Amino acid sequence: MSDQSVKPIVEMKNIEKHFGNIIALAGVSFNINPGECHCLLGDNGAGKSTFIKTMSGVHKPTKGEIFFEGKPMSFNSPRDSMEAGIATVFQDLAMIPLMSVTRNFFMGREPTKGKGIFKRFDIDFANSVCMEEMRKMGINLRGPDQAVGTLSGGERQTVAIARAVYFGAKVLILDEPTSALGVRQTSNVLATIDKVRNQGIGVVFISHNVRHALAVGDRFTVLNRGKTLGTAQRGEITPEELQDMMAGGQQLASLEGSLGGTV
Amino acid sequence: MGDIAQSVADERIKEEPFLTRLMKRPELGALAGVVLVTIFFAITADSAMFTLSGILNFMTPAAQLGILAIGAAMLMIGGEFDLSIGSMVAFAGLFFGVCVVTWGLPLIVSIPLTFIFAAGVGAINGTIVIRSGLPSFIVTLAFLFILRGLSLVGLKIATGGSTQLRGVRDAIEGDPLAPFFSGDAFSGLFLKLAELGIIDSFKNGSPKVSGLPVEILWYIAIALIATYILLRTSIGNWIFATGGDSNAASNSGVPVKKVKVALFMVTACCAAMVAIITVMDTGSTDSRRGFMKEFEAIIAAVIGGCLLTGGYGSAIGAFFGSVIFGMVVIGLTYTDFDQDWFQVFLGAMLLIAVLFNNAIRKRVTGER
Repeated sequence: MSDQSVKPIVEMKNIEKHFGNIIALAGVSFNINPGECHCLLGDNGAGKSTFIKTMSGVHKPTKGEIFFEGKPMSFNSPRDSMEAGIATVFQDLAMIPLMSVTRNFFMGREPTKGKGIFKRFDIDFANSVCMEEMRKMGINLRGPDQAVGTLSGGERQTVAIARAVYFGAKVLILDEPTSALGVRQTSNVLATIDKVRNQGIGVVFISHNVRHALAVGDRFTVLNRGKTLGTAQRGEITPEELQDMMAGGQQLASLEGSLGGTV
Repeated sequence: MGDIAQSVADERIKEEPFLTRLMKRPELGALAGVVLVTIFFAITADSAMFTLSGILNFMTPAAQLGILAIGAAMLMIGGEFDLSIGSMVAFAGLFFGVCVVTWGLPLIVSIPLTFIFAAGVGAINGTIVIRSGLPSFIVTLAFLFILRGLSLVGLKIATGGSTQLRGVRDAIEGDPLAPFFSGDAFSGLFLKLAELGIIDSFKNGSPKVSGLPVEILWYIAIALIATYILLRTSIGNWIFATGGDSNAASNSGVPVKKVKVALFMVTACCAAMVAIITVMDTGSTDSRRGFMKEFEAIIAAVIGGCLLTGGYGSAIGAFFGSVIFGMVVIGLTYTDFDQDWFQVFLGAMLLIAVLFNNAIRKRVTGER
């Protein structure tokens, strides 16, 4: 398994989550170390989204334990987990197209100046931080008041990641960041993941695209029907094996023959 | 820090012309509307309309509507509607009237009580919308009737059968708070100006305009406060975020539910403000007070650049929207046109404003 000298930032043990009579997660174990990109793979309906929602405080697990930096933790809301340092970039990005990049960047965590009733949103500081952080990620904004709606999908993804990093995320959860992107934008996002990982942040990269996962992943965990099928180190597993595990085995192997291995 | 950001100019970005930057402001449409309406009346109306007394003549109804419209605009930016504000004016008016006349409470008690009462009703509205997940349109439509009905029934109980509660003026006579909510402000200044010949005066030397109606001052103050909150505070950012996409906002840690309930309370308090001012002005309250005002307030907010879908708009826009409204209502009496053109005019303005806002929004967001 992983290097024993590095302590995982978040460790989740035997997480179960039931919605009424539906068992969405039936015992999932997962951990994330600083400075690594841990890919969580699984087909549609495997429970990936439910799992990360328990990690980010949206859902409370029915059973199982969550350890944050070695201490048991229970998150009651996304705010709790955010404060602890777990940032989630959801598929819908939590971005508001009509609002400016700066306003989105600081949404929910606005810098303020002044005291009492004169406490106000420090817009100049916010604008300069936002421009600077975006430039670090390789995006030159037209201006801090540019609406997010005018950005491309990859750029929006980068804004969301830059925001999480700026606010001191120790763990960054990316929910299928590349699923709706073109080739160029995908490679931009993968490059951003690499930059973030090099800063010592643990990245949880959720995907159902094996090639995107293999491009940046250090470890790979496969979910199927609410259970972990196992975790593999980089280099220990081939794309074909990963693909088969995700699809739950044989069917795809026979399909792949007829498709010529293009899936 | 600012220097670093500014020093990196991108060669692919052209300097944005001032006009394009202006185009991106939500209040532009309303401002353009004010200019157009002014030009229209400058040509068609009697010149008396644009004298000081003429301006105050149309600013007074504009102010009464504007206070409501600013509340409605903030709620609309937050992504919800309140169709019950008109009825809320009547209901808060009833409560205020009962406080002052029936219970004989001084203004220093009745005014805060009326605001607390209105905020409570607003909180009920908001909580039902949030808890049920129903569109606020339907919930507040129900309250439009409930509050109007309660106002009628309540008035009959309070007065023993009449739908009008009189005697407010006598009850507040000499109350130290009364000048803040009724009558004219700066009358001394206006007297002075008349003596100096700067403003028109009657033959006996008293000024034609005895002062600035206090509602106009409240109206301007509320517009400024609302604008400050929207653009320069964290809460303002939360309001835009809540209206833009409440799911995204709550995932980012914005207390969406609290923001929405608070906005419903603010809107109801704006209605209470209008109720207090108008009841004290006329000295009585009746069940038809605020009738249809909810639609007029929403129209003023939309003319002011608020999107029906939320997340975009401005309080200054609503301010100008209600100025347009006041100009049209009062302005037509200075012209040879039949006054009933007012409604046609209003509907047309609304339609133009919505089309305009839609185009602007596409520009801003780069939607294609």
